[in-house]
Amino acid sequence: MKILVFVKQVPDTDDVKLDPRTGNLMREGVQSIMNPLDANAVETAIKLKEEYGGTITAISMGPPQADDVLKKALAMGCDESVLLSDRALGGADTLATGYPLAKAAEKIGGYDLLICGRHAVDAETAQTGPIIAGFLDIPQVTLVDSVKIEDGYAVCTRLLPDRTETVRVRMPALITVCQEINTPRYPKPAGIMKALKKPRYVWTAKDIECDPAMIGVSGSPSMNKKIFEPPKRNTDTKYFTGPIEDVAKQIVDVFQAENLI
Amino acid sequence: MVKEDYKGIWVFAEQEQGILSPTVFELLAKSHDLKAKLGGSDEVTAVLLGSDVRGLAGRLFEYGAENVIIAEHANLAEYSTRPYANVLAGLAEKYKPSIFLLPASPTGRDVAPRVMCKLLTGLTADAIDLDVDEDGTFVQTTPNFGGNILSHIAIPERRPQMVTVHPKVFSPLAPVSGATGRIITETVEVEADSAYQVLESTPRVFAGKPIAESDVLVAGGRGIKTEEDLAMLGELAELIGGQVACARPLVDCGWLPHEKQIGQSGTTVKPKFVINFAISGSVQYLSGMQDSKCIVSVNHTKGAPIYDVSHYGAVEDYAKLLPAIIDEIKARKQA
Repeated sequence: MKILVFVKQVPDTDDVKLDPRTGNLMREGVQSIMNPLDANAVETAIKLKEEYGGTITAISMGPPQADDVLKKALAMGCDESVLLSDRALGGADTLATGYPLAKAAEKIGGYDLLICGRHAVDAETAQTGPIIAGFLDIPQVTLVDSVKIEDGYAVCTRLLPDRTETVRVRMPALITVCQEINTPRYPKPAGIMKALKKPRYVWTAKDIECDPAMIGVSGSPSMNKKIFEPPKRNTDTKYFTGPIEDVAKQIVDVFQAENLI
Repeated sequence: MVKEDYKGIWVFAEQEQGILSPTVFELLAKSHDLKAKLGGSDEVTAVLLGSDVRGLAGRLFEYGAENVIIAEHANLAEYSTRPYANVLAGLAEKYKPSIFLLPASPTGRDVAPRVMCKLLTGLTADAIDLDVDEDGTFVQTTPNFGGNILSHIAIPERRPQMVTVHPKVFSPLAPVSGATGRIITETVEVEADSAYQVLESTPRVFAGKPIAESDVLVAGGRGIKTEEDLAMLGELAELIGGQVACARPLVDCGWLPHEKQIGQSGTTVKPKFVINFAISGSVQYLSGMQDSKCIVSVNHTKGAPIYDVSHYGAVEDYAKLLPAIIDEIKARKQA
């Protein structure tokens, strides 16, 4: 079985702030990590490989330093990696991100199962997986919390707010996985050593035969018009101060005023 | 594509087993607001897919739809990604709406990107507000980068401008009983997706009532250090007749299940009372609870965004304050 798993490098999001002077993002000192749900996707791929055999290719798109998340995927147990890295791919919205990732999958070819995290924590669009599946015209199963393989089919359960659904999908197919599906393993030192010997490909837009009109800023129908800090709603917050026991008393006074005790 | 050819505002009338998603009514209401801001010439159209769903058109008119496009087919009886995406994209190509809104439900978020791919247009995900800005551009507000920052997204040239919209951010119009409008019946050929089959659907059973139905919530966030402290939140919840909820980090670390999560990727709540411990207040979290009637927040960082929506605040270390609060309640209960 040939598995492709898609991973994204994201800022460790709680740290990102706007520069109050310029209104631009302050990215300095912000750590980058593998999108946590993509770690679940990698773990899903490795578990399937352990059970059914096969190979796993980890794919990412981003600047050269995005190779760090691919190295992590390899250290966890993926077999090879592909980084789509090209200035022409920069500034892409979800459509212009899903398209080259689908082109990369086409170039690799022969895939059975494509796995993504349900969303990335930086923008939470949850679109990239379905867009890849859309360009490849393969079925998708979103919000998957378990998967097994039965002759050419993936049998998945979907975790929906009000119910669980069992779906049987013919491969090739794409699934997006929830955090509930597993606990991602930590790379072991031996895995990290091995990772450095595994094939790591870097492809440009040309390598995957992208239509230049479909990538980068010009291929992105959406644009970020402005970024801003959320407006404050309540400017007359009443603060409780004093020794901790007094603060506790004032809060419990609120409980009493609200008839909670 | 000539963008001037695209007119009107569409709402995907998501239904399941003949029941319309409440978000559909919220989107119809917002469509009228957008229509007014865009000059009043864009008609509000609900797009209804299913089998034997014609009877729902009346409700859509009552809640503000001016037109209802109905596409019925046996193969649309149950939601399936590709058949639904094919029909929606086909209809959009034929009728050329300028704006196409869908609920940011599991179904809306499953189908919308597939429609977008076929139409090669833009799709904004899970918007928490929609507006027309000073240049007359339709803009969507989304939280970004962990929710400390909001973005205005626009789709300037391509059409339709597609958006999935978060549930419960808009209020439905008061229904006008007996309202009618134009019904457009579309005959569609729909092939079932032979590759995709739902074998089983089981309702989920939750311990306790959903946090959205709880009047009193005790919420913890990233700053909660240990599971013992989490248990203390539970003790407080019990003392004040509420239940424990949380911000996303406590779900991410596996301490609480997703159904306890307040916020955009969790549940939107409007309880009578909520007390937040060790939550700094990302936009996603704030938008999930800021309409609560009484909000008390405890966070050790002065000026944390959580205080912007709080009625009462205490800039303290929760680990010291929480036991003191519990002791104080116990003392008063004994008195």
